[in-house]
Amino acid sequence: MNFDRVLTILDKEWNEVFKNKVVLLTVALLPLLFTVLPLFTLYTLNTPGLNIKTNTSMPAQFAQGCPATLPAADCMKYFVLNEFLLLFMMMPLIIPTAIAAYSIVGEKTTHSLEPLLATPISTVELLTGKALAAAIPAIAATWISFFTFVALMPLVGTSSALIGLVFAPTWLISVLVLGPLMAIAAVNVAILVSSRVNDPRAAEQISGVMIVPVMILLFGQLAGFIIINPTLMIISGLALALVDIALVWMGASLFQREAILTRWK
Amino acid sequence: MIRTDKLTKIFTTVKNQPPNVAVDALTLEVPDGEVFGFLGPNGAGKTTTVRMLSSLIGPTSGSAEVNGFRVGKDDQSIRQSIGILTETPGMYDRLSAEKNLTIYARLYGVKDVRGQVEKYLRMLGLWERRFDPAGSFSKGMRQKLAIARALLHEPRLLFLDEPTSGLDPEASHLVREFIEQLKESGVTIFLCTHNLDEADRLCQRIGIFKSHLITLDTTAALRKQMYGRKVVFHLAHLDERIQQAVTDLPFVHDPQAVENRMIVSLDNPEEQNPVVIRRLVEVGADVQFVGELRHSLEEIYLQLIQKA
Repeated sequence: MNFDRVLTILDKEWNEVFKNKVVLLTVALLPLLFTVLPLFTLYTLNTPGLNIKTNTSMPAQFAQGCPATLPAADCMKYFVLNEFLLLFMMMPLIIPTAIAAYSIVGEKTTHSLEPLLATPISTVELLTGKALAAAIPAIAATWISFFTFVALMPLVGTSSALIGLVFAPTWLISVLVLGPLMAIAAVNVAILVSSRVNDPRAAEQISGVMIVPVMILLFGQLAGFIIINPTLMIISGLALALVDIALVWMGASLFQREAILTRWK
Repeated sequence: MIRTDKLTKIFTTVKNQPPNVAVDALTLEVPDGEVFGFLGPNGAGKTTTVRMLSSLIGPTSGSAEVNGFRVGKDDQSIRQSIGILTETPGMYDRLSAEKNLTIYARLYGVKDVRGQVEKYLRMLGLWERRFDPAGSFSKGMRQKLAIARALLHEPRLLFLDEPTSGLDPEASHLVREFIEQLKESGVTIFLCTHNLDEADRLCQRIGIFKSHLITLDTTAALRKQMYGRKVVFHLAHLDERIQQAVTDLPFVHDPQAVENRMIVSLDNPEEQNPVVIRRLVEVGADVQFVGELRHSLEEIYLQLIQKA
């Protein structure tokens, strides 16, 4: 693999895609929103009366699972915090989908794909460049957003015991391992969807189906059916790694020069 | 140089539909330094041929060699050694002209990226607009930018698919002038065009193609083969006596009288014209001027396509 060509594609993608206001807004606003929203919610939870271990709005299973080391006043915050963990898991799905949809379908609509494929670049180099161009900003935005959130937690009155729980394996596996795996999955789904549609917005919307598993986790946890813990995260990570391998293989199989030029319409 | 042997491409598209034979057993040879015109109607398979020869798609059967590399085996080497101007040359519209070319120079592994980009931007008159986004360019400027992109790595062979399509006369003229310059510098050019006048002016040989190769020759040879060499004698007046005098000459074929003109087919006009002129003068005709009747490439093309 010629890494200079991969870097050229990466450079091209970032120059082109980030001049698109819709993509730029998605990449910039989403992390900002997903950082401010949990902080604001934690701040509002400082109201006395909400912070009881037996609060009826909290699923009984979760109330029982509240760590013993945590003061009773922080149990509700811990419950809400776990819901926000899922927000941080949505970011690596939404951001690369927006970038990849514009980067691949955009090439089709502007007819720039054929001259690009006529250069000596290999399919693997092209796909790697495009995938990295979509995945890197998503992973970076997720991690920056997460660490900013953690750094600002004391400012909204969060106890050090609660902050310590954010550095527990559940969160770290989710943000540092599952996030990148999800970004890879999202990029490859976007590549697969892009081969069948001609409108970047349609590609983005169809690829949005990737959020469904995270939504299931979110509502499952809210309803008390699912408790997010390290075991669930490790199992999810392994399953996602397998899904990623399958998606990368499918994406590379589909992304054949002849198929792109003669069937991508 | 291009060499194909029974190159064939069949697309199997829709279920229960017969396969589409886009290119049927194409055999041709284009030597180094030639400007070759590849003519044919829409849907004839010209773009498919160019895509096969530029290793973008594979042939169903047959073989092809481009710049000494085998299609299907040395695809990356072929793509490195050729330049291509596609029918719809898309640009990265949000990026500047300079950035567009820089990306391609890097992809082609050009050593002096900055120098080559500057050379071609200047050559095609785009240097002053180098920082402008490609999306703000007129169609003619975009076409010139696309030609620059195809030439950045100094390819030995250039595929041009409809280079003047949709351009105004001034832009078309500029593009044609540039192709003339390339021709003089020895670049082999495979030119697909619908503009028959353009093909007539630029190409040493033409191939007329509609799924298969109908004919392949120089335009002069095609004219001779189809119409012979016709000479027009413009006279002050034309009557039956003068007409008969010309018709009686043994080497004259297919004589026609049209108003004050005698049109005849001659095998060797350089030697036979003076004889005809002497005969005309003998019978009292006033010869105003003499010229060779040139059938347009369009007439030849339409006849051959209709026959096919």
